[in-house]
Amino acid sequence: MATSLSPSYFIFLSAALFAIGAYGVIAKKNIIAVLVSIEMMLAAVNINLVAFNKFFTPEAFIGQVFAIFVITVAAVEIGLGLALAIALIRKRGTTNLDDFDWLKW
Amino acid sequence: MVEYALNHAWLVPLLPVLSFVLIVFLTRPLKMKRLSSFIAVAAMFGSFVIATAIAIGVFSNHEFIEKSMTYSIRWFGMEGLNINVGVMLDPTSAMMIFMVTMVATLIFIYSTGYMKGDPRYSTFFAYLSLFGGSMLGLVISSNLLQMFVFWELVGLCSYLLIGFYNYKVSAREAAKKAFITTRVGDFGLLLGMLFLQIKFGTLELAELAEVVPMFESLGVSAGMLTLMVVLLFLGPIAKSGQFPLNVWLPDAMEGPTPVSALIHAATMVVAGVYLVGRILFLFVQVPTAMTVVAFIGAFTAIFAAIIAITQREIKRILAYSTVSQLGYMMLALGVGSLAASMFHMWTHAFFKALMFLAAGSVLHALHDKADVWEMGGLIKKMPITGWTFVIGGLAIAGIPPFAGFWSKDEILLVTWEWAQHGHAIGYLLFAFAAITAFLTAFYIWRLIFLAFFGEENPENHPHESPLNMTIPLIILAVMATVSGLVGTPWANVWGEWIHYGEVHHADPSYILMLMSVVLGLAGIGLAYVLYHKDANRVWVKEFARKYPALYNLSYRKFYVDEFYAWFTKIFVDGTAKVAYWFDIYIVDGIVNGLAALTRGSGGALRYIQTGKLQTYALVFFLAVLVISVVLTLGKADTIALLGGVR
Repeated sequence: MATSLSPSYFIFLSAALFAIGAYGVIAKKNIIAVLVSIEMMLAAVNINLVAFNKFFTPEAFIGQVFAIFVITVAAVEIGLGLALAIALIRKRGTTNLDDFDWLKW
Repeated sequence: MVEYALNHAWLVPLLPVLSFVLIVFLTRPLKMKRLSSFIAVAAMFGSFVIATAIAIGVFSNHEFIEKSMTYSIRWFGMEGLNINVGVMLDPTSAMMIFMVTMVATLIFIYSTGYMKGDPRYSTFFAYLSLFGGSMLGLVISSNLLQMFVFWELVGLCSYLLIGFYNYKVSAREAAKKAFITTRVGDFGLLLGMLFLQIKFGTLELAELAEVVPMFESLGVSAGMLTLMVVLLFLGPIAKSGQFPLNVWLPDAMEGPTPVSALIHAATMVVAGVYLVGRILFLFVQVPTAMTVVAFIGAFTAIFAAIIAITQREIKRILAYSTVSQLGYMMLALGVGSLAASMFHMWTHAFFKALMFLAAGSVLHALHDKADVWEMGGLIKKMPITGWTFVIGGLAIAGIPPFAGFWSKDEILLVTWEWAQHGHAIGYLLFAFAAITAFLTAFYIWRLIFLAFFGEENPENHPHESPLNMTIPLIILAVMATVSGLVGTPWANVWGEWIHYGEVHHADPSYILMLMSVVLGLAGIGLAYVLYHKDANRVWVKEFARKYPALYNLSYRKFYVDEFYAWFTKIFVDGTAKVAYWFDIYIVDGIVNGLAALTRGSGGALRYIQTGKLQTYALVFFLAVLVISVVLTLGKADTIALLGGVR
């Protein structure tokens, strides 16, 4: 195993992935793209969990277990999210998030 | 019988009150009009019988002069406050209940004729009964608070009775005026009583009479006592129609005539004089207050007499005459003579009740035509009414041997003596009283010559009133003739029984007697010349035309009413306007301003609520970012955790 990798590489990768995902959630207008961005943020979290597990508590697998949980929950969430997206497209005929502002006053 | 009456004096006010209850709850709902009046008259007559027995009991036992008979029960109280209700019998109160029940009984009998056919006949007798009962309760009260309760009841009944013809606007206005004006004084009276209770710790008349003379040792300053006395005096000023609160009394004749007679003769207005007489021991401690009482009395006497000269309505003339005579009574109290004051109250009750009832008889016959200038020659058609009125006129004018002469002479005498005892103002007050005696004779005989003598007015078809109205007149006329004989200067039985302080033995002053007779005769003579001999009254009409200022000053009652109206308009309405402005712009401004602020800020803030999820998410992320940076900035271990990367 290569020894030159320090934890900061993983943290930077994770942070970059999370930031890209967050940007996507906030800036993308397409509802599918927003869902994909949310998946990216979850992936960033998973990298973090595994990396911290490897470097700080190598004797236990807590972080990896949590990563499995997150993947499971993400699968459920994406299923639900896609169902909502399809329902919205059927009802409104659009995927543009700017059209969905019914919550305002 | 006498013993029983003395021990059950509380029956005297109780009987009329019971009659009130009976009429209100039984005979009025059942529309038994004759029974209502019968109950009222019977109850008042019963009171009269008991009162007579009490008077006999009191006036046959010389011990009563020095020591009153008092019995009371505890009403309520707490630490430092003990209020009793009770009965206090002394010659003054015995005389009063006798006089009040007698006059009231006669007026009740008269009312059965006068009010015949009135739709509210039963109600009228219920009110009358309560009125009489309250006055009698006031008279025998042994406690100032008890007296105050009855005092207010009298005020309430006068309100109800003055406004009895409640379909008339003027009657309603007069009732309100009477109530509100007397309330002004009652406020002072109540304050004065509070001070008395605080400073002396009791409101019992007998106890007060003992502790008040040593007020200095009780830590009450003379100024404090003066304040109390002045406050207490406000009540009688209003109740007894003294200047400047005299305005309600002449308007009070808007009520049915028996009510006017009752108010002006036996109840209500004499309550004020009686109260001052009852607490005279307070007033004598403050010489200034006595002078004020005397001055207000004398001024009221002459003031009202001048007004009475030009009035046209028969009852209004009599009303101002009452104000004037009450001024006499106050004057007598002010110079320290309870005897003279009570004596005048006694004689005045009879001749004033007589004149009011006779006036009522005239109004009855002329169908409420009240202007004396439109009457004339009534004595031919109404001999009993006419001649009894003439007797009343002689009595009030002070012609011997009629009642008014003796009492008025007594007042002049005590005023003169007071002046000679080093009160320089006394000579002025004596002059006021003497001129008033002349004016009194003049205005009453002006009324008599205008209404009862001279040419008959062809428009009038007068007829003599029925017996139940004329018999009270005759009895009162007898009393107006003889009631003064108990207090002649030669054998002053009256002064021996009813007096304050030392028994006053004044030698009969023949000069003074002569003077008052001459003044009375001069007044009658002037009235005869101007209003009878000069059959067309050319001279007086000419005078009124030539000097309209003088005439109007008197006819418009010295513009006191106008002054009050102006004062109310400027100050009361002005204050109301300021308060209104304050309410609209300040109070409402604060409340409405708060509401507007909430509304406005809500309106501004709602634009933040875009409904776009991504905006919310952006805000959310930025907030988390800011919080994270703030929490982690400058923390060494966090930096180490991040691998030393900065």
